[in-house]
Amino acid sequence: MRSPVLEKFVLGVGAVLAVAVVAGCGQTAPQGSGGEAGETAAETTAETTAETTAATEVGSTPELEAASESYGEYVVDETEDLVDATDRFTGAVISGDVERAKRLYAPTRVHWERIEPVAASLGDLDPKIDAREGDVPEEEWGGFHRIEQALWEENTTEGQEEYARVLMADVEALRTEVEGLDLEPSDPVVGSIELLNEVSAGKITGEEERYSHTDLYSIAANIEGSEAAFRSLEPAVEGEDPELVQEIDDRFADLYATLEPYRDGDGWVPYTELDERERRELSQSVDALAEPLSRVGQVLQA
Amino acid sequence: MSREERPEQERGASGPLDGPRGKRLSRREAFRLAGAAGTGLALGAGGMGVAARGSRAEEASPDAEAVPFYGAHQAGIATPSQHRLHFTAFDVVTEDRDELRDLLREWSEAAALMCAGEPVGDVGGAGFSPYLPPDDTGEAIGHPASRLTITFGFGPTLFERDGEDRFGLAARRPKALAPIPPMPGDALRPELSGGDLCVQACADDPQVAFHAVRNLARIGRGVVEMRWSQMGFGRTSSTSRQQETGRNLFGFKDGTNNLKAEDERAMDRNVWVGLSEGPGWMEGGTYLVSRRIRMLIEVWDRSSLDDQEKTFGRHKVSGAPIGREGEFDAVDLEAEGEDGEPLVPENSHVRLGAEGGESILRRSYSYTDGIDRERGQLDAGLFFVCFQRDPGRQFVPMQRRMAENDALNEYISHTGSAVFALPPGAREGGYVGEGLFAGA
Repeated sequence: MRSPVLEKFVLGVGAVLAVAVVAGCGQTAPQGSGGEAGETAAETTAETTAETTAATEVGSTPELEAASESYGEYVVDETEDLVDATDRFTGAVISGDVERAKRLYAPTRVHWERIEPVAASLGDLDPKIDAREGDVPEEEWGGFHRIEQALWEENTTEGQEEYARVLMADVEALRTEVEGLDLEPSDPVVGSIELLNEVSAGKITGEEERYSHTDLYSIAANIEGSEAAFRSLEPAVEGEDPELVQEIDDRFADLYATLEPYRDGDGWVPYTELDERERRELSQSVDALAEPLSRVGQVLQA
Repeated sequence: MSREERPEQERGASGPLDGPRGKRLSRREAFRLAGAAGTGLALGAGGMGVAARGSRAEEASPDAEAVPFYGAHQAGIATPSQHRLHFTAFDVVTEDRDELRDLLREWSEAAALMCAGEPVGDVGGAGFSPYLPPDDTGEAIGHPASRLTITFGFGPTLFERDGEDRFGLAARRPKALAPIPPMPGDALRPELSGGDLCVQACADDPQVAFHAVRNLARIGRGVVEMRWSQMGFGRTSSTSRQQETGRNLFGFKDGTNNLKAEDERAMDRNVWVGLSEGPGWMEGGTYLVSRRIRMLIEVWDRSSLDDQEKTFGRHKVSGAPIGREGEFDAVDLEAEGEDGEPLVPENSHVRLGAEGGESILRRSYSYTDGIDRERGQLDAGLFFVCFQRDPGRQFVPMQRRMAENDALNEYISHTGSAVFALPPGAREGGYVGEGLFAGA
C-alpha cells in the first residue's frame, strides 16, 4: 500500500486528471497513521491541483507519444501476468496447498510491484489488494498481505479461501480498469521515480513483506518497473540530454550489481539475511539512481 | 500551448538557469555554463555584503550578513564563530577520479551561492515544471545568509585506503595528514569517526546550515555517501577579540586562551600551512581535527563547585584562573596556595593545555543527540574542532598529555575522531581543492 504522503505523485490520465483521480477515488489515509497524515495528503492534493492546473499541458512529440504507448503496453502485459499468476496463487490457497501457495506468493506479487503506481491509482483497488496490517481497519483487511500472514505466521491456508476469492476478483477488476487506460507521457516519468520512492520509503526497512521476508522480490520488481518506465522514455530523453541517459544507465547497472549477490536460483534470499550495512548500501544505491532519474521530467517541457 | 507561445515571464522562473534555447538546465549544466563564462557566479566577493535571498535591507543585522566564500583561505576557520554548526563527513563511493573532481567543482559553486544567501538553483516558483523536483530544496527561502560559511576538507582515506591508491593521489598526500593515533581512554566509534571528505557548515541560523549540508549531499548523491554528521550549538570558542568567550556544557568558559584571528602572525605561525612544509597545493590551507567528546553531564552535575573548579583550574563564573580575578589574567603555573600545593592543580585542564606551549585555533560547539538509551542520560557534550599547521606537533602531544592526566577525564569520553586537510580558499571561477588535481 502506498504512503498517503506520496499519494500526490499518483498517476492517472494526464497530470490534471491524475489529481482528480486521487481526490475522487476515496483513497484515504490509513487509519493507523491518524488524521494528520490524511489532512496533509488532502492539503497537498488541493495545492497540487491548483499548481498543476496552472501549469501547462504537456506538449506532445512523436517520441513522447511512443513513450506513453509503449509504457501502456508494459502495464497491460504485467497486468495480464498478474491475473494469471494470481489465479495460480489463489488456487493453491483455496485448495489448501500451503507449500505451493508460499512458493507462488512472491513471484505473483512481482507483477503488481512492477506497475504499482499505475495500478494503485485505479479505483480503490490498492488498499484491497496490497494493504498491510494496520493500513486499513482490521475488518476490512484482505488481499495479499492478509494471506501472507496466515501462510507464514500460522502456516495455514485455513480461513483464507474467501480472501483468495476476493483478491482474484479485485485483480480481475484491475485488468478491466487497465484495459480502458489511456496513459500520458507524464505517467512513465512519474512512475519511474515513484517506484524507487516505494523502495526508499517502505521497503528498505523490511516492513512490506514482514511475514514472508520476500522483500527482495518486491524491491527488484520495483526497480525493474522503474527501468521499464524509463526505457519507454529513453528515446525522448536521448534527444534532450544524452548525458543524463548515460548517467541513469550507469546507476541502474550499479543498482543491479548491488542486488546480484542476493540472487537465489530464480528468486532472492530472505531479506532477513541482509545486515544493516548491506541494507544501507542498497538504500544508497537506490538514492544514487533516483537523483538523476528525477530529472527525466525535463522531456515534458519540450 | 507550446513553450514558444507562452509569455516570457510564465516560463523558466529564474533566468540564470535557463539555457540559450530557454531550456531548463540541470544544476550540473548551469554550473558548467557559469564556470565557463566566469561571471555568472561572481557572488560573495569583496567584503561583507548583505544577503540577497529574500531578505530586505531593514532585516539586515550583523548576524544576517554574507561571508565571502572565495578568498585566499577558506572561510569558516578565521571567521568569527557563528552560533551553529552542521558538520558532515562523507565517503567517496565512485572510483572515477573525474567524478570526484567534478563534484568538488560543483560543491564550490553551490557553496558560493548559498554563502551569498542565494539558492543553488530554481526553488520552484511560478512557471517551474511540475514534472521536475526544484533544484534547491527551498527551506532557506526568506532566510538571510546568516554568515554561512562552508569549509571543505580531505581525509587520509581519500589518498589511500587499505593500501590502495584510490584516485592516483597517494603521492600528493601531505605528510601532516595522518590519522590521529590512539589515545588512552579512547572510546571511539568507527561510525562517528574518519571520512574521505568533510563539509563544515557554520551559520547563525541552524536552518541555513542544515540547508547547506542537505543540498551539498543531494548534489553529491551517487558520488559520495554521508558517513556521519554532527550538529552543534552554542559556540564554545571565541575565535575573535570581538567575541565573548562562550561556555561549554559544564558551565565553564572555554577557549579563553584561544588563538584570535586578528593576530595574523600567530595565525601564520600556528594555523596556516606555509610554503616551506609543502605540499604546494596546501599552502594557505590548514588541518582540522575533530573529536566528539561525550560529557557525562549527570556525574558532573553532582560534583561540588570546588571539585569542578579544580578540574578546570579556573573559577566557574568569572573564568579567571584559580587565585586570579579576571578571565584574561595570565595562568600562573608556579603560584602556590597556603598549603604549598599549586593553585592550578597538576592535573587540571588548563595546566595540561598550557604546559606544552602548543597553540591551536579551537572552534568547537556543544552538541546533543538526545538521550543515551543505554543509560537514560543526556547524550551531550562537546564537538571539539581545532585547526593547526601540523596535528602531529600540535593537537596530538597536547591531547596525549590530557588523555593521560586530565582530571576532566572522569567526566568525558572521546567517542569520535577525524582529521582532514583543508586546502586553501578558491578564487572566483576556481574551486576548493583544485590544486590537488592540477597537473596530477
